[in-house]
Amino acid sequence: MALATRKFDAVVVGAGGAGLRAALQLSEAGLRVAVLSKVFPTRSHTVAAQGGIGAALGNMGEDSWLWHMYDTIKGSDWLGDQDSIEFLCREAPKVVIELEHFGMPFDRNDNGTVYQRPFGGHMQNMGAGPAVQRSCCAADRTGHAMVHTLYQRNVRANTQFFVEWLALDLVRDASGQVLGVTALEMETGEVSILQARATLFATGGSGRMFQSSTNAFINTGDGLGMAARAGIPLEDMEFYQFHPTGVHGAGILITEGVRGEGGMLLNKSGERFMERYAPNAKDLASRDVVSRAMATEIKEGRGCGPGADYLLLKLDHLGPEVIDKRLPGIREISIKFANVDPVKDAIPVVPTAHYQMGGIPTNYHGEVIVPQGGNPSAVVPGFYAAGECACASVHGANRLGTNSLTDLVVFGKAAGDAVIRFLKENPGEKDLPADAAERTLTRLARLEAQKNGESVHEVGAALRRTMQAHCGVFRFPDMLAEGLHMIREVAERVGRVEIRDKSKVFNTARVEALELENLIEAARATMVAADARKESRGAHDRADFHRRDDANWLKHSLWYRDGDRMDYKPVNLKPLTAEPIPPKARTY
Amino acid sequence: MRISIYRYDPDQDARPYMKDYDVPVEPTDRMLLDLLVKVKALDDSFAFRRSCREGVCGSDAMNINGKNGLACITRIAELREPVELRPLPGLPVVRDLIVDMTQFFHQYHSIKPYLVNNDPSPELERLQSPADRAELDGLYECILCACCSTSCPSFWWNPDKFVGPAGLLNAYRFLADSRDQAANARLDDLEDPYRLFRCHTIMNCVDACPKNLNPTRAIGKIKEMMVRRTV
Repeated sequence: MALATRKFDAVVVGAGGAGLRAALQLSEAGLRVAVLSKVFPTRSHTVAAQGGIGAALGNMGEDSWLWHMYDTIKGSDWLGDQDSIEFLCREAPKVVIELEHFGMPFDRNDNGTVYQRPFGGHMQNMGAGPAVQRSCCAADRTGHAMVHTLYQRNVRANTQFFVEWLALDLVRDASGQVLGVTALEMETGEVSILQARATLFATGGSGRMFQSSTNAFINTGDGLGMAARAGIPLEDMEFYQFHPTGVHGAGILITEGVRGEGGMLLNKSGERFMERYAPNAKDLASRDVVSRAMATEIKEGRGCGPGADYLLLKLDHLGPEVIDKRLPGIREISIKFANVDPVKDAIPVVPTAHYQMGGIPTNYHGEVIVPQGGNPSAVVPGFYAAGECACASVHGANRLGTNSLTDLVVFGKAAGDAVIRFLKENPGEKDLPADAAERTLTRLARLEAQKNGESVHEVGAALRRTMQAHCGVFRFPDMLAEGLHMIREVAERVGRVEIRDKSKVFNTARVEALELENLIEAARATMVAADARKESRGAHDRADFHRRDDANWLKHSLWYRDGDRMDYKPVNLKPLTAEPIPPKARTY
Repeated sequence: MRISIYRYDPDQDARPYMKDYDVPVEPTDRMLLDLLVKVKALDDSFAFRRSCREGVCGSDAMNINGKNGLACITRIAELREPVELRPLPGLPVVRDLIVDMTQFFHQYHSIKPYLVNNDPSPELERLQSPADRAELDGLYECILCACCSTSCPSFWWNPDKFVGPAGLLNAYRFLADSRDQAANARLDDLEDPYRLFRCHTIMNCVDACPKNLNPTRAIGKIKEMMVRRTV
């Protein structure tokens, strides 16, 4: 079957922070760009980010991008690539100032500069402390302010959006070059090929693989699934961040900004237990450290409530003025989802799945890289990735709070620039291979014809249960081995999912089935990589290998879908211009 | 709990109809969206939009027992049974609870929803006092869910000409920004019997906004600015 083909200079898939920042770069360069998004851009999950965007502006006191770089490397437990991290931290002030110029409504200091709040793991003097205020924020709605501002700027630039289009598969030719994507227009059910000389993924994370997650329904790892099916490995997927403070029972995020503004965690005796785990940084230690401390408190019976299964986040001592000015959204969420007004009472919280450190391997230009012929970082021509779906790798084994938004704009912009350079240097258009849409059409045909299969709901629930129970904050060898077996079984069930709805018009059953085919790839990668990594580092904590093992494991994981196998590549410990920061013990 | 849902698939149905679902409410179910996910598990042909499930993305706006709201922050305990769900009023229905929002976004785009400042960009941020920044509170938080505009009779009658409460709230967000330099052009554009002045302060928008914003107040402020610049 021949599909309608539309041609562009560049296709951007995803319209959250990274996709919108990249699109802006491309539109303003006068290129013909198509931005596909399965939801209206401002509904992307960036909108839910709360606490701020990290950049060493130094508005609140002395700060430097070098200190930011040190904190990010230490936060990453030395798994982050130091060239990418230097780039992130040096560019951060520029992109934040740019956002301000675009109109983003940052909070302000009395002297009119952008207000910055403290956040976990951000320190002065190369980690020595004291804490530094580096998180530029718009109350506790920073992601909302950012994604709306970037969308607005794209309206001004006349960017062409394809709203409620779901990208289905990458198109690659025999040489491996990426030539666009196949995509489904939800409203009509039509499938077409969007041919482009450059394809940029900004598809976000895969947080819906866990039962209890701060993530939106749409975070199904679509870019990861597409990349994996097209033969691209996924990097460092075993590192999944559990945010310390999700609302108990509901999973809704409570920003680290609460602790930044002075909130603290308490156990059932009212003890500020973080003092025992991180004597210096206390409640503002790195997220993996705080989440593990909380899980330990609960495990050892010091949790609160009838089930002793949560801890309390106390902030009433900040006073209603500070709460209403700096944390109004948190007050709203607490009242709605926890029946608690934080002006008076503490919020029940638990560590909750939040952020995927790994993703599609890229360099700091946003170019997708794979090992090839002895080169661990060979560029895949025509393919770019930025934001949570990508692994640059700036977050390594644990992301520092505020660095996700920084990542989106720094690498969204850098990837846009890299696309512009590539298009200039490669003006010719390559022909689509004859089988460009074959994978997509096979998947769709299977789904239409499937009989006696299980529902998306059942299989999706099994996937989430498996990941939650077998690949959580603490990882045990027997549970991982069993989880590996179970997730492979779930993968087979995904291949037999049946939908009853066969309508062409806005068929959300079909969309959910296709999303599940992406989510399972991300979940498999996570479980297989977690089972394979025999050490504890950052967010990956193994009961049987309790220490970081730099001699054997200071390396990035690569999971290949073909053969369900692992490979590894070295970590780049050399910054672009700064002195390298060699691994050392990590305490807060 | 019984939920009665407006169903229409132009691919299959000659006309829309209401369909009843009985879903068990468990103690962990808090919001209406939790029940809609259960309905979807029973009947995968039921189509609705959802994403963040915490009231910030604006996807799951619908008409709930006669009033517009977001399913994800509408408490089950506060709902009258049977719960009647219909698509947002006044916009064309694509399918079930999914409406075509083209007209709504067209109006949003028409107010030039971006900062205009033609001065050369300074090296650092443009300064803004906390008081000037506070002028944007209650405006920038709009999530474009369309609960307000689709509860407004003036928007039902003239969706092509009246900007509507969401668009006007956003217009004022830029008029109120001390960094914006296009106030005159923005006011010229709105000084029109339809674009702004179709608002008859019915105030359905204020009642409907799930974020407790006040478009009517913003519209009043725009009118004040118009008066002020003529005297």
